[in-house]
Amino acid sequence: MQDIKRLQKHPKAECILSEPVWFQWVLIGVAVGFVIIFLIAPLLMVFGQALAKGWGAYWEAIREPDSFKAIQLTLLTAAISVPLNLIFGVVAAWLIAKFDFWGKNFLLTLIDLPFAISPIISGLIFVLLFGMQGLLGPWLSQYNIKIVFAVPGIILATVFVTFPFVARELIPVMQSLGSEEEEAALVLGANGWQTFFKVTLPNIKWGLLYGVILCNARAMGEFGAVSVVSGHIRGQTNTIPLQVEILYNEYNFTAAFAVASLLAFLALVTLIVKHVVEWKSGRHLSGTLH
Amino acid sequence: MRKSKNILPGFGPSLGYTVTYISLVLLIPLAMVFLKTFTMSWESFWKTVTDPRVLASYRLSFTASFAGAALNGIFGLLLAWVLVRYRFPGQKIIDALLDLPFAMPTAVAGISLTTLYSANGWFGQHLERIGIKVAYTPLGIVVALTFIGLPFVVRTIQPVLQDLDKEYEEAAASLGASRWQTFSRVIFPALVPSWLTGFTLAFARALGEYGSVVFISGNMPMRTEIAPLLIRTKLEQFDYTGATAIALVMMIISFILLLIINLLQSWNRRRLAQP
Repeated sequence: MQDIKRLQKHPKAECILSEPVWFQWVLIGVAVGFVIIFLIAPLLMVFGQALAKGWGAYWEAIREPDSFKAIQLTLLTAAISVPLNLIFGVVAAWLIAKFDFWGKNFLLTLIDLPFAISPIISGLIFVLLFGMQGLLGPWLSQYNIKIVFAVPGIILATVFVTFPFVARELIPVMQSLGSEEEEAALVLGANGWQTFFKVTLPNIKWGLLYGVILCNARAMGEFGAVSVVSGHIRGQTNTIPLQVEILYNEYNFTAAFAVASLLAFLALVTLIVKHVVEWKSGRHLSGTLH
Repeated sequence: MRKSKNILPGFGPSLGYTVTYISLVLLIPLAMVFLKTFTMSWESFWKTVTDPRVLASYRLSFTASFAGAALNGIFGLLLAWVLVRYRFPGQKIIDALLDLPFAMPTAVAGISLTTLYSANGWFGQHLERIGIKVAYTPLGIVVALTFIGLPFVVRTIQPVLQDLDKEYEEAAASLGASRWQTFSRVIFPALVPSWLTGFTLAFARALGEYGSVVFISGNMPMRTEIAPLLIRTKLEQFDYTGATAIALVMMIISFILLLIINLLQSWNRRRLAQP
């Protein structure tokens, strides 16, 4: 210990316990350069191209009827899939964080599965299930129900792709909090729902908020899975990312980037929320430790 | 411990709900891939998944994903190091921006990267002058896959590096090790499990990626056609069984990668648990 104290006071300690200052700046320069090339430039490109012809053209592109319809469909998709996965996430996190049971790790792996599967396969499975050549397709068409290449298929594929997000955010938060507070509430006579809403929910609200925001960003931005199950009918089964693809492939770059900038903006909001949540929950967690 | 947990209500309903929901949303749809593949004979399955065009797409998907993950392995380690150990202006913003590829829709990233690297884009025009073509070549695919895999390595290494006890470095230095020796023999070995985890996560994500790649790749069969795109193409030609066969192969590879990631993570936990 004495030796180390002396070592730290040694004039050359900086050099032995850290890198030379010039070398630190080289490393910082390379790292920042990488971030500028791979992250900042693509982000600036979206807004730069979107506004290349001025705000007038930007608003024009977003208010164009087909793009406007795409925005509406995206909002509808998120409005259905996010609450479904929010309820699932809370229930699954309660189950996994509060109880020990056989097969828990297997259940956790299953929840992670959509992360590991290609979005194209996530779309394909719904075509195989509900398509005309699929398992339920002929039966559904008897009743004139259309699921794939229509709006229900888009919603189903989105639910599939986004279903781990809320659960994944909540499970570690609830595990680290333990069950003592809930047990105290129950012992004092609260019922299960009161315990959840008055004890658990206030403790997990920031993690829950971030999970929902992330789930929502993915629901609105999902491209691969949705592009497989969508019928690509303009103004009917196009979500925002699909509309971006169509506009881009028609060389209508300004309009494509204008519509894309809505999603890029949503991505930035997601990052800001994450930052705020980390700051808030960091304070909150250190508060409960005392 | 077990007994005290049992007083919490809702085990039965939450188990029932979770299992039902996972079965309806996840398991039944996924089972379709297996059901559909079983309608094929072994010969036709084998013929489909070893067709030269299919093999070329696997090869491309693998090499491009590996290259992207390797780039992230190098720069992710560097970024984690710089963000944890040094202080510099703009650090907080860079740290926050690193999650952008998680939050940014893939199609948006795809058109943006394509525009950047096309012949008259910000980067493309300069690279073109020195004879490097990025857009519509395999190199473009690597760029897109690097973008989408970027957060994985940084975010898995960062917490481990943060918790790394500086005493070991001080001990190495007091025993006469140079800074490079301390890094390569003391610090880096401690980071290896999380570094490999991050690499494998980035690789697995890149293998299945579609949205950011289709715009920049040019999608030429045998040359710049990735495996997920080939599934898509087969679907559009109503070759559902062909598409499903390729999907099954990719799913099996994904499951193996998932297993490797789980093993790496438990290795990582054991490492951290050691005194």
